[in-house]
Amino acid sequence: MRVSVITFPGSNCDHDAYEVFQGRGHDARLIWHKDHDLQNPDLVILPGGFSYGDYLRCGALARFSPIVKEVIDFARRGGLVMGICNGFQILTETGLLPGTLLMNKGLRFICQHQYLRVETSDTPYTHGLVPGTVLDVPIAHKEGNYYIAAEGLKSLQDNAQIVFRYCDKAGNASSDANPNGAIDNIAGIVNTTRNVLGMMPHPERAATDSVVTDDGKQIFAALERFIGDGH
Amino acid sequence: MLKAKIFVQLKPSVLDPQGKAVTNSLHHLGYTAVSETRISKYIEINFATSDRDQVALETEKICSILLANPNTETYSFEIEEM
Repeated sequence: MRVSVITFPGSNCDHDAYEVFQGRGHDARLIWHKDHDLQNPDLVILPGGFSYGDYLRCGALARFSPIVKEVIDFARRGGLVMGICNGFQILTETGLLPGTLLMNKGLRFICQHQYLRVETSDTPYTHGLVPGTVLDVPIAHKEGNYYIAAEGLKSLQDNAQIVFRYCDKAGNASSDANPNGAIDNIAGIVNTTRNVLGMMPHPERAATDSVVTDDGKQIFAALERFIGDGH
Repeated sequence: MLKAKIFVQLKPSVLDPQGKAVTNSLHHLGYTAVSETRISKYIEINFATSDRDQVALETEKICSILLANPNTETYSFEIEEM
């Protein structure tokens, strides 16, 4: 798989993502936000961090970086784009994904392990995973409180666009298991054509043997299955 | 020279956790008549032109493409002589 990881000024998880894909035997590269060439990837990663210092709104200024125009074109042609944390915020600012990431309900930056429930296997990022599977994937954000107006939420639910929900260890997506106040416990969504994923948790921080949980590997393995199946 | 004074506010339907925290603090301080607080952004932009129509048009565009997120925010502005 050819993977292009975009680096914005203030990105801080770009190398983590790069290392994970390189480590799994893929052809990964880092691409500076001022570049205009995505270098023909199978997958684009918009990584976590604080692009442009989160000034104005998270992701609002990154949205106008030159490479993002290429990412939008690539996504509209059906290319796979995965936005993690700040990458998710950027994707909502571009309009590739609906909704907005607001400040956490508790006003604090949260950095902790978090259980997620896989809601659908019908995405490239969960291909072959059993819905209901619980993954332990860390979160680290202050603006992760996903919000969308009622009719948008209904549309996400009706089209099975909710990919991950915050839950407890047993898989219950209760309000107690919701770390940040996100509507309907939403941790990750895809667009209607299912090629663009945004998620607040960090699978790339849970995908090597040296860390406490490696459940993030299941998401990368799903992507490999999807590509391997000839999609 | 003209100045655009721009307010960007969360829509009434969107929860404002910061505003809620400030309301709680005001209640602790004894301001029990306070019922709600909403935190907004105030932005000033200076223009090196005295063409009001141009400034109004550009400010409108600037607000809609960058300063406000239409999902969650509304904006308003006024233009004045500097």
